[in-house]
Amino acid sequence: MPHDGHETDHDHAPPADADDRLTYWRRMEIAVRELLVEKGVTTPAEIAAQVTRMDARSPAVGARVVARAWTDPAFRDRLIADGSAACREMGVEVEAMKLVAVANDAETHNVVVCTLCSCYPRNLLGLPPDWYKSRAYRSRTVREPRAVLAEFGLRLPEGVAVRVHDSTADMRYLVVPRRPEGTDGWPAERLAGLVTRDCMIGVAVPQT
Amino acid sequence: MGGDAAGPVPRAEHDFALWEKRVDALMVLCSNKGLFTVDGLRRALEEMGPEAFESMTYYERWMSAVARNLVDAGAFTADELGAKMAEVAARGDSYAEASLDGAAG
Repeated sequence: MPHDGHETDHDHAPPADADDRLTYWRRMEIAVRELLVEKGVTTPAEIAAQVTRMDARSPAVGARVVARAWTDPAFRDRLIADGSAACREMGVEVEAMKLVAVANDAETHNVVVCTLCSCYPRNLLGLPPDWYKSRAYRSRTVREPRAVLAEFGLRLPEGVAVRVHDSTADMRYLVVPRRPEGTDGWPAERLAGLVTRDCMIGVAVPQT
Repeated sequence: MGGDAAGPVPRAEHDFALWEKRVDALMVLCSNKGLFTVDGLRRALEEMGPEAFESMTYYERWMSAVARNLVDAGAFTADELGAKMAEVAARGDSYAEASLDGAAG
């Protein structure tokens, strides 16, 4: 599994793709794609299928996994022990990467970053948002996580420890947030609706 | 870049354009086919220098790294890429006009 992405700095980078202009890089994308097809390396159908496969991945997949962990203690144990195997059990293919599920509790809050670039549990959450790839998030989350979380509106009590997990090409993290109070008896589908992308990155907690 | 001051986390998000998704797809497919490795892409990105991180978007840098690695792998030559880019440019000024399938980027 290749690295999810690469250095970026949208703090200063030009706005992405506001129109359909044929920029130099878009021209290169078309040219590379056509050359690869002409050379028999790939086909338009294979490329389209990969785009469709990526489009189908969204935070709803991760939310389904988290909701199952909330409602099925044995599954939760398996998820924490071996995230990849537990996801596979639910039909979520994690490919070659090792998925590590880290659970929040009363004493600990987890947050995920990729300091090198943009590694992210794409199979469970889709493509990472722009801010996850920004230099500010990548550099500051390891140095001053509480300040970064506060910018996202998440103020943690002093007594709660913050654990920052730095992703790599081969190892991706999924935060399992705490199940909110007052949700006893909720079915997994309803619970999944509380689990947002940001909760699974660790910059937010579920709200009822 | 490491150690440089960084301001507030920019919270704007954008939906990925088709051309960006295609760059992503090419990276995954060519990587699965063994045409390049994570390290090969990384090397190309690091060699772009810090300016590239100010002037290019995320998928522009990715496109650059993929193309360079494909040339290195012998998938096509730099001359072939140049010729094909000229051919694409001659089709029109928008991504849709330049795409054989007419899809907007």
